[in-house]
Amino acid sequence: MSSSVSVKKPLAINCEQVVKVLSGFIRTEVLKTGFGKVVLGLSGGIDSSLSAALAVRALGPANVIGVMMPYETSNPDSLADAELMTRSLGIAHRVLEITAMVKPFFEQNPEIDSVRRGNIMARMRMIVLYDVSAAEKALVLGTSNKTEYLLGYSTLWGDSACALNPLGDLYKTQVRALASYLELPERIIKKKPSADLWIGQTDEDELGFTYDQADAVLELLVDKRLSVHQAVESGFPADLVNHIMKVVRQTQYKRQMPLIAKLSNRTINRDFRFPRDWGL
Amino acid sequence: MLVRLAQIAPRLGNTEYNFEHCRKMVGEAAGDGVDLIVFPELALTGYLLKDMVAQVGLSTWDGKIQELSRLSGNISILLGLVEQGEDHFFYNSAFYFEAGALAERRRKGHLPTYGMFDEGRYFTQGNRVEAFSSRFGRVGVMICEDAWHPINPYILCQDGAQILFIISNSPVRGMTETGDFLSVQNWQLICRSYALLYSCFVIYVNRVGCEDGVSFSGCSQVVGPHGDVLESLPFLEEAVATVKIDLNELPKARIHSPVLRDEKFLSSIHELKRIREKTFGH
Repeated sequence: MSSSVSVKKPLAINCEQVVKVLSGFIRTEVLKTGFGKVVLGLSGGIDSSLSAALAVRALGPANVIGVMMPYETSNPDSLADAELMTRSLGIAHRVLEITAMVKPFFEQNPEIDSVRRGNIMARMRMIVLYDVSAAEKALVLGTSNKTEYLLGYSTLWGDSACALNPLGDLYKTQVRALASYLELPERIIKKKPSADLWIGQTDEDELGFTYDQADAVLELLVDKRLSVHQAVESGFPADLVNHIMKVVRQTQYKRQMPLIAKLSNRTINRDFRFPRDWGL
Repeated sequence: MLVRLAQIAPRLGNTEYNFEHCRKMVGEAAGDGVDLIVFPELALTGYLLKDMVAQVGLSTWDGKIQELSRLSGNISILLGLVEQGEDHFFYNSAFYFEAGALAERRRKGHLPTYGMFDEGRYFTQGNRVEAFSSRFGRVGVMICEDAWHPINPYILCQDGAQILFIISNSPVRGMTETGDFLSVQNWQLICRSYALLYSCFVIYVNRVGCEDGVSFSGCSQVVGPHGDVLESLPFLEEAVATVKIDLNELPKARIHSPVLRDEKFLSSIHELKRIREKTFGH
């Protein structure tokens, strides 16, 4: 038995044990639904690559389907890196280009800006994944991490849509540690995170701070239960902490099911409460 | 005395399946000459039941309870379930079967209702802490959170318990840099502490499996009265272990470290009364 119960390094994790929990989670939660497979979008980035690697550990390579969904402006490296991942994991993959699906929408609405275009692409990818899900009887595996969830850095009902998510309680820093532990290709771990919704986009440019900064502040505010004032006192710039707290609050709706107006004595999820695994 | 720890993964809300699974394991254990089989908390129902609590409760006269009584002719059984009380409230209970009958019933007194836990919303609190005499001597039963209140093992051991059973549904949580999850470390610490402080055996049986994204850790264990870990079951995996409990270790442990003997029982009552009067008045 360990003699110490203190967490020595912030955000440090025991990768071996975390992998056991996450692969057990995927295996149990998928199999109990009666499904045997998962499908996930592969962007060539670290989050989807790690999710795929965990799914392979949980279900075996024959039961994991990777789908690449490039748009005409997507960085060709994204597709190449996703293919590298599917080869190294030995999983089936499909390339379903979304250009012809979203272009008619863009052409009818020439005024739309890059954020709206990005949302439409993310939601089109969701449509494609859920169609593969129905065709292949495979559950959609989510790939968002805790940093993205807390910052609301996703498209609602787009890339955030999934049946289950193994990474949602891991910060980006921890995702990187786990990816190294599972020996994902170095270039995938090292490259700059990007939603690749427009040319040159990177997460950190768009957010205005780095993942390392975000994770350190979020750990204090969320996991360590520090107030904004205490987080600033522990050495982080007030502007940064205030901004992150504001973003977390403003994006709370993205982490919830829609509000239902209460009328009866048995309102869904308020006083009609059943687990998601009801009857499974 | 041979005790079998059944570290199982109950299916949520599926009382029929869980009952059949337990029944089969009881039969196998009896065939193996085991004296007592211990199942986790809520072994017949699973944990995150929410409104299903009202659908899965069993009363003491339920056919499944009768069947478990019948099976206990050759083997004693300790098992957790949702009990529908005579008052038609629901309890997170442990039933102990011995010699063909439901011999004892213990209701969880501390229902965690904070953080990820919501038991107080559905269950009614038990209000008794009492050891009981079994064919193996005097024993005490705690259900998960009950063991986080050190007054409970204190009372049980003052009441003569020589074996403390803790049945639980402990979720995996709290990542550390190295070693086990904090929840696992904490349970190991608790089990060893009570065994050491009260010179008694601690038999801790936790479940495994995953419900709504929550994984249960397993890591069941048996600790001897010297504080020595006699058996540890694996993290996250279904497993059984059969452990020989040698009650002859008790006198050795208790002469070596007579901490329990030297507890100032009357003094404790006196001080508690003083605090009661200070806090609540006469």
